[in-house]
Parts: sequence; C-alpha cells; structure tokens
Amino acid sequence: MADFDQELDASGLNCPLPILRAKKTLNGMESGQVLHIIATDPGSVKDFEAFANQTGNELMESKEVGGKFEFLIKKA
Amino acid sequence: MSDEKKLAIIATKGSLDWAYPPFILASTAAALGYETEIFFTFYGLQLLKRDLALEVTPLGNPGMPMPMGMDKWFPVLGLALPGMQGMMTGMMKKKMASKGVADLAELRELCQEAEVKLIACQMTVDLFELNTAEFIDGIEYAGAARFFEFAGESDICLYI
Repeated sequence: MADFDQELDASGLNCPLPILRAKKTLNGMESGQVLHIIATDPGSVKDFEAFANQTGNELMESKEVGGKFEFLIKKA
Repeated sequence: MSDEKKLAIIATKGSLDWAYPPFILASTAAALGYETEIFFTFYGLQLLKRDLALEVTPLGNPGMPMPMGMDKWFPVLGLALPGMQGMMTGMMKKKMASKGVADLAELRELCQEAEVKLIACQMTVDLFELNTAEFIDGIEYAGAARFFEFAGESDICLYI
C-alpha cells in the first residue's frame, strides 16, 4: 500500500458514519494529502466510490484485507 | 446564490426507527457538499428535543422483524400489551448499538456541525403547546412559506 498522511479506523461503524468521519478528517488535511481508511461495513466499498465521485477527492485504492476494507483517498 | 446542490427534507415522524432517515440522509448529503435543510412538522418535532425519548412500536407494522419468532408467539393483540413497546424499544436500541449504527443524538450533532439547517414548524409548536425550552439550540422557527423558499430551489426534496 502506498504512503499516506493520515489514518482513520472506522472499524465497527455502520453507514453513514465511515463517510462522515472520513469527510471530517479530510477537512483538516491539505490538498494533495492522502487519507488511509479502514472499515468493516461492506456497504462502504460502494459508498467511498460514490463519495469520491461526488466530492472530487480521488479514490486511489480500494481493497479487502483480511475481512476489512481499506481505502486511500487523496484530498482534492 | 451558491452553485451547491440542495437537499430539502420534511420530517414528519416521531418514532425511533423513523428518526434515522432524515438525519442519516441530511448528514451524508452535507458530507457530499449539499446545502441541506430539514423542516420538522407534527410528530417530527420530537426529533428536536434535547432528551430524545423516542420509542419504536411493532403495532401496525407487519414488516418489522421480530426477535426469537415473537410474531408467531404473540398475535397482534399481544403486541398491544403494556410494556411491549418499551421492550421492543430496548431491543432495537441494543441491536443498533451492537451493529455500530450511529446514536441518534450523535447523528443530529453531526448534522448541526455540518451546518444542516433545522427548522421547526411554528404551527405545530402552537398546536401541541410544545415547550421550546426542551428543544436543542440552533433551531429556526418558521412556517410553510419558509420551507418553500429553500425547497423551491432544491435538487432533491424528500417527505419522510
């Protein structure tokens, strides 16, 4: 996995909390910085795709690791 | 005028289960960059109380999944027994917490943090003689015309 600037563990949280927490964390980051998110909600796979499409933040990576879902999002 | 997308919601229901859709959709929309307003009317005003003592009822709700096959053991009349609503509410809250579903007050706070505008229907406040001292801060009190001022410009408008 590529480098990242901040990490957010949203394990155990259900919709829409992973998205809301990610948005809040991104608010405190600089443009171009990368956020690494870990989630257990299977719905978050489609949700982070949709979040990236609608906010312009780039979803650089989305994968499943040992039953958890990991995402890399670059702040626009 | 901003070029942000806009979401207008009317929240009319005051039960624990129906309290979720307005706050989930509003907070998510705000995170996606929508300018969002919720207009609370009739029983929806319960969602603005500081102390959210909301309950869920299995009565008149055949779609509600019942734990332990309770729907087979209890005919509809059984669901009307005293204490049944409190028990179902307790079970629902426990289930929500165990599944990592957001606490309602937390979700409402996130909405306010994200500058979702919460508008209370003044007519309902007068009708039911509600005590506005029991409501959270940061609410606007207004009528139907105020709702349309925003809803008329909205991209999405939901009645919940």
